[in-house]
Amino acid sequence: MADLSDTAARRASRVRWMLLAPALTILLLAASGPLLITLVYSFLTPGAYGGVEWQLSFDAWFNVIMQRDIFDETLGWSDAHLSIFWRSVKLSLLTTVACVFFGFPTAYFIATRPKKQRDLWMLLIIIPFWTNLLIRTFAVVELIRNEGTVNSVLIALGIIDEPIQMLFTEFSIVLGMVYVYLPLMVLPLYASMERLDFSLIEAGYDLYATRLQVLRRIILPLVKPGLIAGSILVFVPSLGAYVTPRVMGGGNQLMIGNLIELQFGQGRNWPLGAALSITLLAVVMIALLAYVRAAGNEEVRHG
Amino acid sequence: MADRGFDVRRQTGFTTIALACFVLLYLPIILLVIYSFNAGASIAIWEGFSWRWYQSAWANEQVQEATVRSLIIAVWASGISTSVAVLAALATTRTPRFRGQSAVFAMINQPLMVPEIVTAVALLIFFAMIKVATGYTGLFYLIIAHSAFCIPFAYLPVRARLQGMDLSLEQAAADLYASPFQVFRRITLPQLWPGILAGAMLAFVISLDDVVITEFVKSAGQDTLPTYMLGQLRRVVTPEINAISTVLLGISVTMVIAFTVLSKIRN
Repeated sequence: MADLSDTAARRASRVRWMLLAPALTILLLAASGPLLITLVYSFLTPGAYGGVEWQLSFDAWFNVIMQRDIFDETLGWSDAHLSIFWRSVKLSLLTTVACVFFGFPTAYFIATRPKKQRDLWMLLIIIPFWTNLLIRTFAVVELIRNEGTVNSVLIALGIIDEPIQMLFTEFSIVLGMVYVYLPLMVLPLYASMERLDFSLIEAGYDLYATRLQVLRRIILPLVKPGLIAGSILVFVPSLGAYVTPRVMGGGNQLMIGNLIELQFGQGRNWPLGAALSITLLAVVMIALLAYVRAAGNEEVRHG
Repeated sequence: MADRGFDVRRQTGFTTIALACFVLLYLPIILLVIYSFNAGASIAIWEGFSWRWYQSAWANEQVQEATVRSLIIAVWASGISTSVAVLAALATTRTPRFRGQSAVFAMINQPLMVPEIVTAVALLIFFAMIKVATGYTGLFYLIIAHSAFCIPFAYLPVRARLQGMDLSLEQAAADLYASPFQVFRRITLPQLWPGILAGAMLAFVISLDDVVITEFVKSAGQDTLPTYMLGQLRRVVTPEINAISTVLLGISVTMVIAFTVLSKIRN
């Protein structure tokens, strides 16, 4: 009998791996495998016309944050890279904060609608999220460019004489990222808020709490997991953004994504590009681990 | 306290911010669509209604080629990713924990977790090696790249559908000596199709909209609609871009609404 169930189990296992094989092959070829090769490339020497020489070198990793002076060979921090990292982190944090500011009230608004309306409001949040990121970015560009809608209206109303330069600034990058990533904040926040127990809030008011106190002492602690999840879901793609800073930053305001691209274009330093990619990946993975922990707590809390 | 019109759910200013949020979310898109019908060449000054930019986009050979290429890639990628995702979903639902399970889930979800720019660069490196070795520079690279990042989008709705399914019918069929394949074809598949269709549509939209990975993987002269648009943004922009965008938006919105309806169909 034990034998029989043993063969059955082995058979089930074989069938399972046969069913998984096609998906795993494609993912290995066009997702996981190339990542490993990228890791290998980060330890090679750049070729003169792009590509690599198969010669072990740690220069790429060294060059991620350091540089050697061209004249006297002294070591120093790579100011260009560090300022780009700093801008990426700064703009991603600003984007996250702005998404909380707009997303929190929006999620709360949806969660407090009558049950039948909520799905419709959520659909309004989800539709832009599933439409082309480039088109949404472009839509914002049309709005804020010098001869765009906002400036045209302001000039027509006589409020300003000359267009305000909004495009190609750090402001425009943040605006673009808030616009495209806002749904990622609203979705998890709404999921937490939908389950809010409003009798707790009522109890708070019965005990003479003000609205602000209710928000700070009751609502905020209850939706904290959703807030953390939303913040990470916004921060992670902002940090790795490529299209938005390229279109909104106009080539002057680089972020990590654009710095990586540069190494495969004009920079002709594939190993450095590979090392920068792996660095970005590592930071993102740490943030995602934090997300998994936050999501895990959420499940425990709501049982 | 709760009576006399005091609403415990209200928070000062929240409704205002929320409604502003919805307006701001849709205003740029609506303006983009409106100006695609502009008679003039401006994207800010309205000069009357016309179809001219749709006609000029339709007549533009580069746009035609990019459209056909985008559709070919999206059809192949959604077909391939959905087929393999259905098999993978069958293998990973209703089974006890198996050895290597978390590795399998990590691989399937990898395209969702790794930043697109990192995947794009990794594919550029890997495919450059293959291009040098084989000399082949066709569409296959784009198709397999798109298939890979579409897999999680096709997998999730199918898996959700499988998990929500009533097992008693399958058990009854098995009790009546149906072979596993017969059970799948006659019992599981007919119940599964809304999930499969939903997954395929999601994959189609995701493939059609991709910019970053396509931009890095494509060989010379292999522009898709989004990469063509990205290239055009560097030049003087005419409402032709708005016209193309409007068509793409129409496709996405239709698909998302159909997807929402499909995932609501009960067993």
